[in-house]
Amino acid sequence: MMPDLGKYADTVLSAYVASIALLALLVLVSVMRGRRVRDEMKKIEKRVMGNG
Amino acid sequence: MSIWEYANPKKFITSTERVLPALWAASALCIGVGLIWGFFFTGDEARQGATVKIIYLHVPAAMLAINTWVMMLVTSLVWLVRRHHVSALAARAAAPVGMVMTLIALATGAIWGQPMWGTWWAWDPRLTSFLILFLFYLGYIALWEAIEDPDTAADLTSFLCLVGSVFALLSRYAVNFWNQGLHQGASIFRAEAVIGTDTEEKVSNIFFYPLMLCIVGFVLLFVALVLYRTGTEIRARRIKALMARERVAA
Repeated sequence: MMPDLGKYADTVLSAYVASIALLALLVLVSVMRGRRVRDEMKKIEKRVMGNG
Repeated sequence: MSIWEYANPKKFITSTERVLPALWAASALCIGVGLIWGFFFTGDEARQGATVKIIYLHVPAAMLAINTWVMMLVTSLVWLVRRHHVSALAARAAAPVGMVMTLIALATGAIWGQPMWGTWWAWDPRLTSFLILFLFYLGYIALWEAIEDPDTAADLTSFLCLVGSVFALLSRYAVNFWNQGLHQGASIFRAEAVIGTDTEEKVSNIFFYPLMLCIVGFVLLFVALVLYRTGTEIRARRIKALMARERVAA
């Protein structure tokens, strides 16, 4: 199934690994921060609104 | 219905949350199919061999590296003219996405360049302008982090964005301005190249179709990330406002 990349196998694979890793990291960091901020906002909203 | 309705943070968040699942799914599908098609089901190119497969990552990332800055320029101008906070926050949210795209373009270009040009790096007009664009992204992100007052930060980063736009445009047109250096000229989004009526080199259809799918996927991913991250920035701003209210009340 794996295509024959010949003498450029290292070149092609390293480009794919580096790019996909960077994209995955970007999505992961964005989603994790998004969830953290959302939870924090809910908590503070509850506290502030509760205090009137 | 006007686009300015989305300047309301609440309206922006509720509207984007409705479309985000579809955007995430569509981007994953396009990038997944495009990369699998390009990697497994296209052959080698006569001169580049298997390294041609890097095109499916390098070209979409490079296009977005430049166009993210253009989007930031538009939203920064909207902030400066109309003072809509969502607009400034959208520019802030887009910057790390653009920075990562620039990094991918630089990294894949260097990895491809080593066997093809015999060097990882050359002070070629396009490569150099891309490196400067990357530094502008870093500076833009650092400036947002460095200034406490959000309106002052939005003002200063908007001006930085205006200055950086010169390099974003230079990155796009450097190969046309200076007919020198190692980087090739435009060969994909040039009408004559696509329809094959000019004598310049064009990308073969075998590589063009999966590449288009990857470009569409990257654009969808960019839109999804920017909408999601803008929602996060809006919430982070609300947290600051609530905490200030709490301090005043105490």
